[in-house]
Amino acid sequence: MDYSDIQTIEHDVLVVGAGGAGIRAAIECADKGLSTGIISKSLLGKAHTVMAEGGIAASLGNVDSRDNWKIHFRDTMRGGKFLNQWRMAELHAKHAPDRVRELEEWGAVFDRTDKGLISQRNFGGHRYPRLAHVGDRTGLEIIRTLQDFCVHQSIATHMECTGLDLVLDGDKVSGLVGYWRDTGRFVLFKTKAIILATGGGGKAWKVTSNSWEYTGDGLGMAYRAGAELIDMEFTQFHPTGMVWPPSVKGILVTEGVRGDGGILLNSEGKRFMFNYIPEKFASETADTEEEASRWLEGDKEARRPPELLTRDVVARAIKKEVEAGRGSPNGGVFLDIASRRPAAFIKKKLPSMYHQFKELAEIDITEEPMEVGPTLHYFMGGIRVNSDSQQTNVPGLFACGECAGGMHGANRLGGNSLSDLLVFGKLAGDGAANYINSLTDQLDCSNEEVSKIIKAATDILNREEGKNPYLVHEELQSILQTYVSIVRTGEELASGLEKLQALKADINEVFAHASAQYNPGWNEALDLKNLIITAEAVTRAALIREESRGAHTRLDFAGERVEGLEYNIVIKKTESGMHAEKIQRDDPPKELANIAFASLKELEGENLGA
Amino acid sequence: MERNFKIWRGDAEKGEFKNYAVKLEQGMVVLDAIHRIQVEHANDLAVRWNCKAGKCGSCSVEINGRPKLACMTRMNEFSPEEVITVQPMKTFPVIKDLVTDVSWNYEQNKMIPPFKPRKKKNGIDHVMYQQDVERIQEFRKCIECYLCQDVCHVLRDQDKKEKFVGPRFMIRLASLEMHPLDIDDRIPKIKNDFGSGMCNITRCCTDVCPEHIQITDNGIIPLKERVVDRFYDPVRWIYNKLFGNGAKQE
Ligand SMILES: Cc1cc2nc3c(=O)[nH]c(=O)nc-3n(C[C@H](O)[C@H](O)[C@H](O)COP(=O)(O)OP(=O)(O)OC[C@H]3O[C@@H](n4cnc5c(N)ncnc54)[C@H](O)[C@@H]3O)c2cc1C
Ligand code: SF4
Ligand code: SF4
Ligand code: FES
Repeated sequence: MDYSDIQTIEHDVLVVGAGGAGIRAAIECADKGLSTGIISKSLLGKAHTVMAEGGIAASLGNVDSRDNWKIHFRDTMRGGKFLNQWRMAELHAKHAPDRVRELEEWGAVFDRTDKGLISQRNFGGHRYPRLAHVGDRTGLEIIRTLQDFCVHQSIATHMECTGLDLVLDGDKVSGLVGYWRDTGRFVLFKTKAIILATGGGGKAWKVTSNSWEYTGDGLGMAYRAGAELIDMEFTQFHPTGMVWPPSVKGILVTEGVRGDGGILLNSEGKRFMFNYIPEKFASETADTEEEASRWLEGDKEARRPPELLTRDVVARAIKKEVEAGRGSPNGGVFLDIASRRPAAFIKKKLPSMYHQFKELAEIDITEEPMEVGPTLHYFMGGIRVNSDSQQTNVPGLFACGECAGGMHGANRLGGNSLSDLLVFGKLAGDGAANYINSLTDQLDCSNEEVSKIIKAATDILNREEGKNPYLVHEELQSILQTYVSIVRTGEELASGLEKLQALKADINEVFAHASAQYNPGWNEALDLKNLIITAEAVTRAALIREESRGAHTRLDFAGERVEGLEYNIVIKKTESGMHAEKIQRDDPPKELANIAFASLKELEGENLGA
Repeated sequence: MERNFKIWRGDAEKGEFKNYAVKLEQGMVVLDAIHRIQVEHANDLAVRWNCKAGKCGSCSVEINGRPKLACMTRMNEFSPEEVITVQPMKTFPVIKDLVTDVSWNYEQNKMIPPFKPRKKKNGIDHVMYQQDVERIQEFRKCIECYLCQDVCHVLRDQDKKEKFVGPRFMIRLASLEMHPLDIDDRIPKIKNDFGSGMCNITRCCTDVCPEHIQITDNGIIPLKERVVDRFYDPVRWIYNKLFGNGAKQE
């Protein structure tokens, strides 16, 4: 085949994305003897994973020995409102402790218990202190550990290299076309398998904790190649983002603040979360301030404070308080740890929060409460994969980490993402190796496909004039912020969808000045075609789930419906455009159903070993 | 209120400062202003960033001559008349505008012998106490912004990149050498290959570190001391090796 003057790099497997999931997958591939490459939009070590704060969930049982994988699994299913893929939640809970210990073996230095073991902190929805952490910079510790380990494996790292589209040979994946940011030149990776680990698409919203990288690239590439997306209606709004000053609106305030004792107050100084305890969690949640305080002091009989209910519950409660006129001056509520913990404790346990508020908002969180409000944080939905192999319905295409869907169901528990990355990163590596070992075809990348991808990208630069990509992006963000927000109605979603359809014309006309060399305007323009697919998928899925469950709240369909448990929503590309449909869920395996519906007492005593 | 900026535009071959005016919003940081310029005046203005909260170390530039994170530099640090000058880090080759080629740093990291843990005592868990990990946790806060590398005169003015790995990697070495579980010995390499002798303790690196890591006092000086013990006081080293904790000196 003739690719004229395009640079071509060959690997058995290419991992797209160098966050926790991508690096862990690459390590596994290299370990299995595959020639492995990894690409990322940013420099190595700068992915979203670096920003994770609170911790990584694994039932090590170091702080409370009653914990075990079954309780972690049960918490995850309950948090996900039973829409999770059962097998994924099982694998996750079972493998997470090994993945955390493996990090320690590779040099990670977690905070310690008095006995010298990995310490664990409380987080929303987790029955026991379960999050291994390093102050509030856990993600940094994890990515640096993986990064420093992976540079000594035989993995080719290609930094600041953005994937544009997958190349197929027949129905199988055979490569990917991307470009180098620094030169703007194109590159073709010829591969036998590809693992997508590109993260979510939070940049479709205005108020988000996500960075410029989160434009749903993996979702867009997979969709265009014929892969299915699942659970896209479930977008997590984290209850505590910064609300002031305007320029930092959306930046995350870790749940660790509440895990370590922080409380939420309204403008009347009332601890309002006591008014929002859902019936399902009532038996496990403290109903008086006195009991919540005992819990904080370590009384094992006391129940958990309501501030640690799952994120969907807390985010909606904050929204209601603000709407009822009991918000803080800048449209949030107060998060107070100053009056609960000594300054030295706060600085030790939450150093980066201390720093962030001090420098960006001129607030000393050891003295004053913070102002916080919901911010778009995480995609539960994503590319649909087989629970064991992580393979999509496109042969040779795998996905793991935030860009894959199914593990978290309708709502993710905090700390379950970092563990998800490692567990499923490894499994995706295994899956790709098995696939490649049984692959008999010689794959090729057709000149025609490669040229088509490149032409679409260069058209943006070659136009005489056109739309400003930044402004088109702002428009898309304001559509989702308004019509596909934390509380939704059918009417709003339908208008949102209409507006998105109209915006497609603008996206086809975006124009980037100047050359392709390190040109953020051009890069932004290229990301838009993935953002719009992501945005449309969320809106379509949200429109047909006519109930409220987990992170998806419909004002016109309040409450969970029994039939809502019977399906997941799948998005795919058809001749006539994007199609969303409900697919029947399988009945859970009996043993897993038993665990998920068991009482805590039945599971607590079990000594399950590792 | 409008504020005036001078931003370096260009590539490896040539470049110049260009003037831009930006309307201020409450609480803005320099990175926000750069983003406004991108949207309104220069779509192709190159700058790196990710987290916008001082956690990823992407947005390192020189602001009014000082190496800083653009996302953590508030506009109200400057007086209203001051023109704010933003230029790329000087120590590394320019790619475009505010973006430099920092790949040299990744090459240094790769040369460092990796972590080598001792065996687990009970086969399941490593035991380490908080007081023993605290000092390396300080080094592990590093966000790889390379501002310390940018300011270190050995790299910046003398351009001795082939002789000295720079402060960032000295503390990475310190974090390995002082790791309670690590059993490798990097002291000879620290002296011979990584150039511990090149640092003359000016502490400029510590001054610019956005994570407030005591690079010089807690990292580089103790490593220099270990080198001295090993090469100039071998008796003490052998004593430590026999009676101290494992192969490491305390
Ligand atoms: C502020 C913040 C705090 C968080 N705190 C926690 C926490 O305490 N606990 C927890 O469990 N979770 C937390 N999360 C969530 C968690 O960090 C993320 O879900 C997780 O890091 C995602 O990891 P990933 O490997 O899937 O993707 P990422 O780490 O985001 O990596 C994505 C990678 O894909 C690359 N990429 C994307 N598109 C392309 C393309 N087109 N071509 C090439 N490369 C591409 C990117 O460059 C990047 O390298 C937090 C998230 C945020 C934003
Ligand atoms: S103290 Fe040493 S490493 Fe730091 S800037 Fe000075 S010479 Fe460079
Ligand atoms: S030591 Fe400090 S200044 Fe140097 S790279 Fe790390 S965080 Fe940046
Ligand atoms: S953008 Fe991450 S440190 Fe500035």
